[in-house]
Order: sequence, then C-alpha cells, then structure tokens
Amino acid sequence: MTGFLDNVLNGLALGAVYALVALGFVVMFKASGVLNFAHGSVLLLGGYLIAVLHDDLGFAGALALAVLSTAALAGALDRFLLQRAGQDEQAAHIQTIATIGIDILIFTDLARRIGGDLLSLGDPWGDAVTELGPVTVADSRLAAIAVSTVVIAAVFALFRFTPWGLSLRAAAEDLEAAALMGVRLRRVRALAWCLAGGLAALAAVFLAAFPAPGLERTTGQIALHAFPAAILGGLASPVGALAGSLLIGLTEALVVGYESDLHVLGDGFGEVAPYAVMLLVLLVRPTGLFGAKGAARV
Amino acid sequence: MPEAPPDEPSALHIEDVDVTYGRAVSALRSVSLTVPPGSVVALLGANGAGKTTLLRAVSGTLRLHRGAVTAGRIRYGDTVLDGKDPVAAVRAGVVQVPEGRRVFPGLSVEENLRSGGLGLARRGRAEARQARERVFSLFPRLAERTHQAAGLLSGGEQQMLAIGRALMAAPRLLLLDEPSLGLAPQMVHRIAEVIREINAQGTGVLLVEQNAGMALSLADQAHVLEVGEVRLSGPAAELARTDAVRRLYLGETAEDDQGAA
Repeated sequence: MTGFLDNVLNGLALGAVYALVALGFVVMFKASGVLNFAHGSVLLLGGYLIAVLHDDLGFAGALALAVLSTAALAGALDRFLLQRAGQDEQAAHIQTIATIGIDILIFTDLARRIGGDLLSLGDPWGDAVTELGPVTVADSRLAAIAVSTVVIAAVFALFRFTPWGLSLRAAAEDLEAAALMGVRLRRVRALAWCLAGGLAALAAVFLAAFPAPGLERTTGQIALHAFPAAILGGLASPVGALAGSLLIGLTEALVVGYESDLHVLGDGFGEVAPYAVMLLVLLVRPTGLFGAKGAARV
Repeated sequence: MPEAPPDEPSALHIEDVDVTYGRAVSALRSVSLTVPPGSVVALLGANGAGKTTLLRAVSGTLRLHRGAVTAGRIRYGDTVLDGKDPVAAVRAGVVQVPEGRRVFPGLSVEENLRSGGLGLARRGRAEARQARERVFSLFPRLAERTHQAAGLLSGGEQQMLAIGRALMAAPRLLLLDEPSLGLAPQMVHRIAEVIREINAQGTGVLLVEQNAGMALSLADQAHVLEVGEVRLSGPAAELARTDAVRRLYLGETAEDDQGAA
C-alpha cells in the first residue's frame, strides 16, 4: 500500500515537471497572446533528440543540444512563421490555430520515427531510489524537484531583473506603449518562445525518466496536463502556472495513488483529474487563480 | 543609426507626408511641418483631424494600427524615421508620450521609469542616474512612490510618470499627445509648467492638444490640422489672435460670427 507521504512527494515531483511546461505556456502567452498547441510536440522532439544523441554525446551533451534545438525551433516558429500574421489580438487567434497545424506536422514525423518504441534518454538516475524516513522515492523525482526549483527561480529572476524581462512584462501590459519606449516587440516575443522551447526539452527528461518506462510518442500528450495547470493559474501569470502545476500534480498523484478507493469513478480517472480540477477552479474563479483581468491582452 | 541620442538637438522635418490606414482610409494628406531644434511646436485640431496619426508616423507605431506613410519623408536631423521601427525614433532621440498616459499599470513606478530606457542599446550607469535625477527633480512626487504600482497613482501622477518614463531615454525631442486630457485645471497648469521647464533644459517639444489655450501659451509655432490637412500655420501668438482659432479652439465667439461654431 502506498502511503500518503509517497503520494504527496510524487505529486510534488509531477507538479514540478508540469511547472516547466506550464511556465512555457504562460511565457509564450504573455509575450504573444498565443496558446501554443504545438508545445507538446516540441517537448517530444526535445526528448527524441536526447534519446538519439545520448550514446554519442553523453547525457549532458545531448540534453544541452536538445535544449538549444527546441529553443531555436520554438523561437524560429514564432519569428518566421507566426509573427507574419501580425502582433494584435486578432492575429493572436490566427496564430493559435496555426500552432495546431504545426503540432500535427511535428508530431506526425516524430511518431513515424518513434513508432511503438520506448526510448531511453540515458539519464544518470536510472531506477535508483532513496529512503527518506518512512517514504521511498525515486532519485529521478528528487532530481525533478531540485532542477525545476532552480530553473524556475532563474526564470523568475529573468523576469524581474533583466531588460528582456522588463520588456516582456511591459509589452504584455501595453503593447503600443512598450513599442514607444523602443522595446523590440518581435525580438522580445521570439526570445520568450525560445525560453519556453528550452524548458520543454528539460521537462521531457523527467517525463521519460523512471518510474516512467521511457520516452514514447504519447509523452507529448502527457505533458499537456500542464495545459490545464496554466489555465487554472490564470494563463498570463507565472506564479499562477506554478500554483496550478502543483495543484494538478498533487491531484493526479493522489487520484492515482487511491485509485482503488475511487473505482466508482472508473479506471484511469487520473487522466481526467487535471481537467476536472481546472473546471472546478474556473467555476469559482473564471479568470483563474492569479488572473487579474482574465486572459485578455490590451 | 547612432547608438545614443546625439548631443545636439536637431530639427524634425515632416515633408509632404501622406498616411493611409488599411491601404484604404486616407488619414493625412501632404502634411508638412518643422520642429526647429529646441523649440515648442503646437499641433491643434478637432477629434479625428489626424493629430495622433501624425505622431504615430513620427514615432513609428503606425504599423501597430495597420497604417503606413505612403508618401513624403520624415527626418530627425539626418535620420530618416518614416517606415522605421519605433526603436529607430527612440535612438535618434525622439520619444513619444502616448495619449491617455498609458503607464504600465501593473509595474511599479520604478519599473515604469526603467522601461523608458529599454530602447537605448547600451548606456552607462552615470547617464541612467542622470536621467533618473532629472525626472525626480521635475517630479518629486514620483521619488516618494517608486515601489507603488503605477495603476494606483492619480491621473495627474500617471501623466507625470508617463512624461518621466519618456525622459528616461534622454530625448532631444519629446512628442506629447494630449497631456492635459482628463486632468483637473490645477494639474493642467502644473503640466504646462513642466513642459516649459523640460524645454528650458534644451528638449524640443511637439505638443498635440485640444486645450488650445494651454498649447498656444507654451508654443513658439503652431499648426492647425483639419481632416488630415494643415489648415493654418504660424507663430503661436499670431494664431491665437486669428478669428478661426479663437472661435473653434479657444471657445470665444467673434462678434461678427458668420456661422455656428
């Protein structure tokens, strides 16, 4: 029987990984008003690159190259494809739809390459576990919590202290006023997409690591559990993405952990739980936990 | 393109400029005017006359409204501004304060001021500190509220912040769009004093106003726009005496009024 503490720790680890993905959704949305439906496929690409490269480059080298590649891909998609439609709110809707098409393109190709395989990413944690008092936890999950914490703290520092972060926040509040201050809107938002792309490759590592069996073609869809996390957080709020991710991660872990007690809900309720939580939160707070003015951009 | 605003103020030349929105709606036709170095020029006109459009053409934000300069030329000194990104204007030393203040409401006063320097490529700490000190000496109230969210300031304070934010880029020419809009008379008076002071420090001003009395009292030269064309031009003091301006913009009724104003 799995103890409550085990479930909580698993939930935190899951939430930490979702946070990497959800933060990506939020950063891209804040910068461009676009919901990137291709984000899961970009994540899958990151994982796939690590899987094929780690034999030659080692895990660290493969991870670095994958992060750079997905960052470059996401940035280029935004800069050279999406931005051609313009910068205003109407254009953002068109761009959001366009990401669905991009998702299909990337996913179809990757699915063809991966097929039914389970790919190992060669991460250094393997199936090692650590005893923390009464609970036993996979090293990969501890690593997920530690790495996510550091990376997310770094992203928040970027928002707060760098000219890019200030540009991004200013442009999200008032595009035209930011332009008048000389903020280069195209560059700022493309960099935001780069950041999100890089975070996705990092998240792929932990989604494929033990106790998951490895990278499979559906890993990108699992990552989309971060999507309700971003929405229930408020979609334009990085803090909301964090809170939402932890909430979704904990819910999912607890539902899965107590599935036998919840069998009235049917098998596999863990898959649905994130969306159920999202709907419940949105019923009470339609703009999300931290969404002040809703998702609308000026 | 110069990396920092040139030290010497230049003249802004707007020559025969046409502006069209959405490739169909003509907003400005053959507009020409000059802002000599370090002077204050007022631009008057009713709603929809094209005043804001003209500022957008100079600052490079027409594209955000699906508009474009379709003819003519806009230069600041030797730098061509028409068809360029807003950052080109900022780096040339031309900075616009938008209509309705448009401070970043969720950012602190401090961050709003920092955002004013975002367009400059690189600048020394000394220059940034100098710009900040200038802003705080003009607006001591902002110095007391650096950590407050800009959205919580009063209307007058927001206007000060909007001007202060623009001054952080150390502009040679300031484009002001309706700075008196929605402010109490006392605050309008204060803003007018500030504009005079900024100009006395060597910064040129192109002032768009509906409050013609205030604008004409500040300006050296003035132009009146009507449906996209310059109707009247001349020294501000002279324009203030013409019947048309007095009747239409200063709210006075001429004794031999021939038609309804």
